[in-house]
This record gives sequence, structure tokens and C-alpha cells, in this order.
Amino acid sequence: MAFTFAAFCYMLALLLTAALIFFAIWHIIAFDELKTDYKNPIDQCNTLNPLVLPEYLIHAFFCVMFLCAAEWLTLGLNMPLLAYHIWRYMSRPVMSGPGLYDPTTIMNADILAYCQKEGWCKLAFYLLAFFYYLYGFYYGRR
Amino acid sequence: MSQPGIPASGGAPTGLPAQNRASSASGSLYTNGPVQNALMSSQVSVNEGYNSQLPGSYPHLIPAKTLNPVSGQSNYGGSQNVSPLSIYQGPGQTLYRPPVASNPVTPSLHSGPVPRMPLPTSQNPAATPMPSGSFLPGAIVQPPLNWQYNYPSTGSQTNHCPRASSQPAVSGNTNLTSHQYVSSGDPSLQNNFIKSATPQHANKNPTMSVGYSYPSLPPGYQNTAPPSTTGMPPSSLNYSSGPQGFTQTPLGANHLTASMSGLSLHPEGLRVINLLQERNMLPATPLQPSVPNLHEDIQKLNCNPELFRCTLTSIPQTQALLNKAKLPLGLLLHPFKDLVQLPVVTSSTIVRCRSCRTYINPFVSFLDQRRWKCNLCYRVNDVPEEFMYNPLTRVYGEPHRRPEVQNATIEFMAPSEYMLRPPQPPVYLFVFDVSHNAVETGYLNSVCQSLLDNLDLLPGNTRTKIGFITFDSTIHFYSLQEGLAQPQMLIVSDIEDVFIPMPENLLVNLNESKELVQDLLKTLPQMFTKTLETQSALGPALQAAFKLMSPTGGRMSVFQTQLPTLGMGALRPREEPNQRSSAKEIHLTPSTDFYKKLALDCSGQQVAVDLFLLSGQYSDLASLGCISRYSAGSVYYYPSYHHQQNPVQVQKFQKELQRYLTRKIGFEAVMRIRCTKGLSIHTFHGNFFVRSTDLLSLPNVNPDAGYAVQMSVEENLTDTQLVSFQSALLYTSSKGERRIRVHTLCLPVVSTLNEVFLGADVQAISGLLANMAVDRSVTASLSDARDALVNAVIDSLSAYRSSVLSNQQPGLMVPFSLRLFPLFVLALLKQKSFQTGTNARLDERIFAMCQVKNQPLVYLMLTTHPSLYRVDNLSDEGALSINDRTIPQPPILQLSVEKLSRDGAFLMDAGSVLMLWVGKNCGQNFLSQVLGVQNYALIPQIMTDLPELETPESARIIAFISWLREQRPFFPILYVIRDESPMKANFLQNMVEDRTESALSYYEFLLHIQQQVNK
Repeated sequence: MAFTFAAFCYMLALLLTAALIFFAIWHIIAFDELKTDYKNPIDQCNTLNPLVLPEYLIHAFFCVMFLCAAEWLTLGLNMPLLAYHIWRYMSRPVMSGPGLYDPTTIMNADILAYCQKEGWCKLAFYLLAFFYYLYGFYYGRR
Repeated sequence: MSQPGIPASGGAPTGLPAQNRASSASGSLYTNGPVQNALMSSQVSVNEGYNSQLPGSYPHLIPAKTLNPVSGQSNYGGSQNVSPLSIYQGPGQTLYRPPVASNPVTPSLHSGPVPRMPLPTSQNPAATPMPSGSFLPGAIVQPPLNWQYNYPSTGSQTNHCPRASSQPAVSGNTNLTSHQYVSSGDPSLQNNFIKSATPQHANKNPTMSVGYSYPSLPPGYQNTAPPSTTGMPPSSLNYSSGPQGFTQTPLGANHLTASMSGLSLHPEGLRVINLLQERNMLPATPLQPSVPNLHEDIQKLNCNPELFRCTLTSIPQTQALLNKAKLPLGLLLHPFKDLVQLPVVTSSTIVRCRSCRTYINPFVSFLDQRRWKCNLCYRVNDVPEEFMYNPLTRVYGEPHRRPEVQNATIEFMAPSEYMLRPPQPPVYLFVFDVSHNAVETGYLNSVCQSLLDNLDLLPGNTRTKIGFITFDSTIHFYSLQEGLAQPQMLIVSDIEDVFIPMPENLLVNLNESKELVQDLLKTLPQMFTKTLETQSALGPALQAAFKLMSPTGGRMSVFQTQLPTLGMGALRPREEPNQRSSAKEIHLTPSTDFYKKLALDCSGQQVAVDLFLLSGQYSDLASLGCISRYSAGSVYYYPSYHHQQNPVQVQKFQKELQRYLTRKIGFEAVMRIRCTKGLSIHTFHGNFFVRSTDLLSLPNVNPDAGYAVQMSVEENLTDTQLVSFQSALLYTSSKGERRIRVHTLCLPVVSTLNEVFLGADVQAISGLLANMAVDRSVTASLSDARDALVNAVIDSLSAYRSSVLSNQQPGLMVPFSLRLFPLFVLALLKQKSFQTGTNARLDERIFAMCQVKNQPLVYLMLTTHPSLYRVDNLSDEGALSINDRTIPQPPILQLSVEKLSRDGAFLMDAGSVLMLWVGKNCGQNFLSQVLGVQNYALIPQIMTDLPELETPESARIIAFISWLREQRPFFPILYVIRDESPMKANFLQNMVEDRTESALSYYEFLLHIQQQVNK
């Protein structure tokens, strides 16, 4: 079959999800370093904060792509994460720069644990999504 | 984000690891039981007569007791020179200090014959090489326990007479030893390792069910209480301590009282109280912190509760048990408190654990003379050669007698390994708002005068540097170069991109340029009297000040009188007056992160910012306060400050400024809190920046700051009986010395819920809850925080009811340790931080919240639950005498209008304010002898000072009031209130047991809690 738009979307999503997986791994490592005292919270927040919006935008971007390709099921699967991202960014602490993490509260055990959990959940989601897109890509080309 | 102890709502256990609970609750008892028994029996072999009764049971202690000049009881405060410890540790026991941190692994060490290491050959003290370090001069000649106190704190001594000294037994001394643990006077001779908490004995005590009922029940009370139950039915406690309790041999009646008194030094410590029936729970003397249920030899060494306190003096073994108890676990610290006596050690090597870096402390165990076992990580360390020599006794081979091992609070002079850079000089920068509004208030006069007076008293040395910046819409710098005829003012008007106009001479050496500084301080108040500039560029001024200080670090004192309006950090008014009273929609969060970011930059450069806000209007303290909060500064707030219209506020400002300028200060400090493996730190509360999981960065540390720490139990503590907490504060003193102040607290581990409840410290719990509630109000909302506070009471009391009490009886049953818990929580709900329904200004509320976070527990409790005294009939009975002054000690009354009477006068001490309410029919004697007026109508509407009259009555009350004032770092204003005074509403507002328009009375609150608990 022809190389449809949907297949193109899946291929793009596949590549971008690979990038997101790296984001998630980076996130997990960063918080682990914080927990084990290797890094100063200010430095760590400075490295993490610029990555938050790109991650969210990448995810939002291929959600839009799926919308255009009318891949409703895939879009539906991604909607919860998209909604979560929007909620998360809306409820961020008062900050002048982009990002989510505030060095003064990040060392709170609850927040640290939450961020770590968030990292693992996202990693799992992106991994599953990766294989799903691979399948979708393969299926779409046929 | 639910925090432990403040469940979001309702009583559902959040995240309770059920599988853990099952295994630990049953299994641990069995694993622990034999161990404890082994230890107990080992004690028997060391001290004969384990089962015999009271004093005779502890032969070693008797000499100490009889030598004690004050009494035969365990009153440590009284024995200043005779150290009970030195006598107790007679020959043969020297190696084996009280069985501290003895693990199940090494119980035999305490019982069996003493395995001594062969002593080194160079036993002769004369032949011993002197260690390279030495103790402070003069230390060696003094008697034990006193020698180390040769370094009286340089801070003003008058201010911090410990509260505990109000005990009549220790009258006549101000130089209490720092290890003063006030006992209630009950014999607490108990020779179990950890005094056996055997609740089943409680109900055999005949005294407990009588004599505690409220003497004359108000009608409401009589209705609720069935007439038959005047006290507690005999079997209200269940045998929840498991098999351990039953296996014990039957004990005699005398032993019973001994073991009970050991528990919390109160025979009624085990009582269960029906709060609905027994109303008079507030003690007439200041509430003493609960004493950990430790062997008294360990307890004697333990850290003073004023410095270091835990909410649960019995640590639950597992997180499941902690969750079940629904009480918050945490520490409350006052680490840099001015101490009258503090042992200081100068030594080239500071002995620390090699793996966890814990400082050696009284609770480590010496396996033999050459090895010690860390009480936090259990690593076995070598004792360094130098540590073998005890410079105190000049004896070689007594590492366990070294001051480090005899004092839970100690200060080390740090060698150069503890410095990242050479110790910084003391640097003080003052930043003054000189806009029109500021000049109107006239505060510059007070500050400059105060500074002039205290210039020589600023803590420092020849290196002290000082500088000044003023700002309105522009920033003014002052060059104080040596040799100038007069200070030179430099104006920077580019506030968008602030720069420092000259590289040097803005911060100058105080000694070299003292005359110029004095010159400037004299002219400064007049320089801006004609100003018409109303704008305030606080943000740029702070940036400039930060740039000026960043090479050295130091203290920045900012005086601000209005909302900043220009440049970076400009704020907009956010307060809506008609929404003041509602709990929703108030702005507790900062509106910009400018101040927070700047504070973090400051923190990185060791600059602390102290903010003095003297503003009549809304100034958005929520945003401004961040500058101090994250740079470890402090916030002072003087609402409606005006030099003419508000003279009381001026007096308060001056007094507090004087304290601020002259108090001790530590620079470039860090504080680390370590705890026994298995416990972990959850959250910190206070003013600082958290740099890593257990490290606080404190650019400045001051003696009036308190900190709180929430803890959690990460791993089960089943194989340990004691846990320790250690806080180590590394700072640079104003003399340029690097010092480490170490406090160590040791607490027992318990396995049953009942014991956890028995060991609860209600003041510490309330203090920690208040801190948590402030966080909750900021992250969620005020009403959420209020609900969480109420739920904390409900949850813990229902946990007690369902898990500890076996038979469900009517009423609100609480353990004795928590008898004041509902009252304190109600008081918190009515505290300025959390109250609703009043017209509290937003800044005042936020200031109150800052205070909750930053104040030591003592003051927090006073502002929350004020003390009420009747003062028209003061007598010298039971009075304290300090430095030839006699200070009467009237009993503390409950905060209820029913305690007031029209023919008396009552003093309410609410921490930052004192209110003297004079009843309408108050005796003529009091009016004329104390107030100096002829009749009631002549009492002025606003009276804030008592005349010093030549009468004994006047002398007594003035002595009492000044004694109250001396005890705290801030200056409480005294208001004399009569019936028509405008302050009367404030007075009544503090009557926390009474109903107000929007808040429940204490009795209604109890009923509400009972309803929820019994659901």
C-alpha cells in the first residue's frame, strides 16, 4: 500500500517518542541524583526546567498530527497524558521562567517522590507507546 | 500531596502498607521480647536488687542522691557541682557507661565480666604525650561538669533564662547546668533499661480515679456525664502490649508506682482522661516537655528539650505503627539558642564516624577502649590516639569521660578542613527606604540612633565591615573612604540595570571609618526630610546590595515601608478588604518569584536578608517575605509604624532592633541533621534553603530562629531499642572562628501503639502541626489547613479509641499525654495565622505564618495559647529569686472568661503582647498601689506602661512583667485594658476556650471531636 499520511504520522511519532524516552530517562536520573545528594537542587532545576516545555510540545505536536490523520484511537490513548501535561503546567508554582521545578520545594520528600514516580510512569507509557506506534506504522504501510 | 499526620480529610489511612503492619505488629513483639528480657536480666547481674523497691534498689545512686544538697530526688537542676554521674560511674564500671545503644548483638557486654583491653604501657599521665589540641585555658582546674562551661555565651544573658527555672525547687540560681531536666519531683528510680511501660498496672492504682473531676460542673457538663462514672472504670486499658506484658513476674505495689512514675514522671501519666468530664487539665505551672522513657543515666545526658525536641518521645518501630497512631513524627530545634553554659572543645581531630560522619556523642557505645560503635549507622570505629587522653582529668585511657561523650550539646572549634574559604569577616549592610512614605513614619531616626548607640556592640572584630544604601526611585550609595571629610553620596538612577558606582569604599572597615559612619548616621535622618519621591525601587536596591555583598557574604538588613513599585520586583496590591474574613481567595502565595530567586542567589553567596517591614498599608509580605525566607533571614513587621501616632510601636521597634543588632550571629552556616538508620527526613520547616536531603544552607544563623523537621520511618526499627538524632551546625562566629555546634537527642523505640501515645509530646506535636498547616494553607487553602488541623485531632484520638482502649465508653477518652491536644489545636485555629471570621489584615496573617515557621517552639506556644495570670494578689509565695530580684510566680489560669472576675486584675501573656485587664470592681489597693490612679474611671483609655511606685505590689508586678519580657528576644508591649478600651476585643479574642462569633468554644469543639471520634 501506499505510504499514507497516517503511516507518516506513526513514523514521526515513533522517532519523537524515542526522544521522549530519553527525556524520561534523563528525568529519572536527575531526580535520583537529587535524592542521593549528588547535585545541588538549584543546578538540577536549571537543567530540568528548560526540558519540560519541549517535552510537552513534542507530545502535543504528534497529538495534533494524529488528529489531522484522524487516528482516533491513538489520539484517545494520548489524550489523558495531554490533559495531564496541561494540568501539570497550569498548576506549576509561581515562576518567571519556563519549567515546573522550584529549587526551594523540590527537596520536599513528597514532591521528590512524586516526581520520581512521574518519571517512571512516563517512561513506561512512552515505551508502550513506542511499540504501539511501531505496530501502527507497520500496519499503516500495508 | 498529603503529608503524614495531616490527612487530607476524613480518617482514612493514607497509603498504609498493610502487609508491613501485619508482620511487624505481631512478629516484632516476639523478636523483641526475649531481647529486652536479656537486657533486663543483664542489668540484674550488674545491679543487685532489681526487684527490690524504691531507693534501695539502686545502690549506686544513693551516694549521689545523698550528696545532692537540694533533695533526695532526681532533680538534676539542683545539683550543680556534684556530678551524680561521676559518682555513679565508680570503679569497675568506668568502661561501661550506662548501657547506651546496646544492641541485641552485644547484650553480654553489660552483664558478663568486663573484657578489658590491655592498657597501653604509657599509663602514667605524666608520661602521656599531650595531644596537639588543647582545651580552653582555665578549663582544667575546675571541677567536673563545670570546667567545660567556661565559655559563657556572649549574647545577652538576661534574655534567656530557661523557662524551666520557674520550678521553685531550683530557686536562686540562674546559671543552671545546661542539662537541666526538670522532674516533677516524683521518685523515678527505675532500673530497667528502658523503663517497662506496663499499662496494665495503671488501673490498679487507686489514686487515679479520684480527684480530677471538674469541681463544679457547669450545667452542660452535668448533662453529658452519667453520674456514676466519676472517674475511669477500672478496665479501660486493654492489654495491647502483647505477650511481653504477661510474661513478666508479678511486681509489688511499690515497684508499680516506681515504674509508673518512670513513665512520664507523673503517676497519672498512664491515666486515660475523659475530656468531657474533666475540664481542669491545664497545669498551673508552665507545661513541661514530656521526658523520654529512658534509663535515667541516659536521660541525664540527653539534649535539653528547649534545644532539641521530638514530637513522639517514644519512636514507633515501623511506619505502619506511626501511620496507625496518626500523630506527626518530627523534631523541633532551636539550635543556636543563647546558652548560659556551653562546653567548647578545641582539638585538632574531631572524632566522627567514618561512614556516616556522625560526631561522637554520649549515646555511642564503647566496645572496648579502642573502638566505639556509631549509634546512627552502627559502624565500629577506632578511637584516635589523641582521644584517649582526657584533658579534663589528665588521665590517659578514659575516652568515655571526654567532654564529647559527656555532653549532648557541645561546640567544637573546627580545624581548616571545615572551611571552603577563609572565614569571612562580619559584614553588615543596611538598606533604607527613604521615600516620602518612609520619611513620614520617622523610622530613620530610631534606626540611626539605635545603630549609633550599638555601633560598638555589633558582634564582630577588627575585620567588621559596614555599609549603607538608601533608595527611593533611585539608589544611593555612600562612600565612606578613610580620609574623606564627610560621607560622599553616589546616586544611581538606572534601576533597570543596576551597577555598583565604585568598586571599593562602599563597604568599609568599621574600626577604620567609624567617625565617617557616625557622621553618616547622624545626618541620614535629616537628608531626606524634604523628599517628594513616593516611588520605591526595592527590587533594584536589593540587587545592588546583593552585588555589593556577594564577594564576602554577610547580613543585609532591609527596611521597607511600602509596596515596591518600580523596577524588578515591583508588586501590585492584591488585598481585597471585603474578602479578609473568608477563608478562600486570599493571597498567601507570592505573586512573583523575583524575591525567591534573589534570595537563592544571596544564599549561594552567603548573604542573608533580614526584612523590617514598617508599613501601614498592604505591602504584600507574601512576596517580600521570600527574600528572607530562603536566605535564612528573619522578618520583622511593625504595622502602622509612626513616630508620633504610634509611640508604643516605636518603643517595641527600638527594643527589638537593639536585640537584633547586638545578638550573636553565625555566618556562612550549614546545618545537617542526621538520624539513626531507618529514619529519614521528610520535610524541613523554617527559614533556609534545603541544599540536599539532610543539609540546610543558612547564610546567617541567629539565636532566635527555630526549625522543625518532619521525619518518617523508612525501615523498620525492630532490631534497635534506641534511636538518636544529631544536628550539627557549622558556622563562622563573629570573631572569625569556624565552629560546630552539635546537639544529640536519644529516644527509645517502642512497638505498641499505647506506648507511642504515652510518649507523645503535645506541645511539640502542636508546633509541628502548625508548621505543616502553614505549608498546607500556602499550597492548598486556608480552609484545607484548618480542616487538616481538626482532622489531626480526630484521627489520632479515634486511633487511640479503636486501637488502645478496649471497651467503648461514652465521652472523649484521651491519653494523659494528649490531654491538651484538642485545646492547643483549637488555639491554633484561633491563632492569627489560621483564624477566620475576623478582619485580620493579610500582611498580619502572613507575618503570623512567618513566625510560626521561624519561631522556636516556646514562643510559638505562647502566641498560640497565651498564659493568663491573676495579678492583683501577687505574693512572694513560691517566687523565684534571680540576682536579688524576687519574681512572683502566679498560677496559670485557663483562657476562659469564667476565670476572670470583676474584682481582680489579670495579665495575659500572648508572647508578642501583654495585656493587663483590670476588672471594674478591682480593689482600690491595686488601683492606687500598682496603677497609680485613684479610681477605676481614671485609668487612661490607652495605657501602655505601669508607673514605678514605691509599693511592694508595684514592685512585684513590675518584676514579674520585666521577667516575662527578658525571657524572649522580642519586646511585648503592655496594654492596660479596662472595660471600654478598644483593646478589649483583642483580649477576649485570645480567650481560646470561649466561643466567638465564628469559632467554637472549647466545650463545643470537644463535642464535635467526640462526635467524629465515636462515629
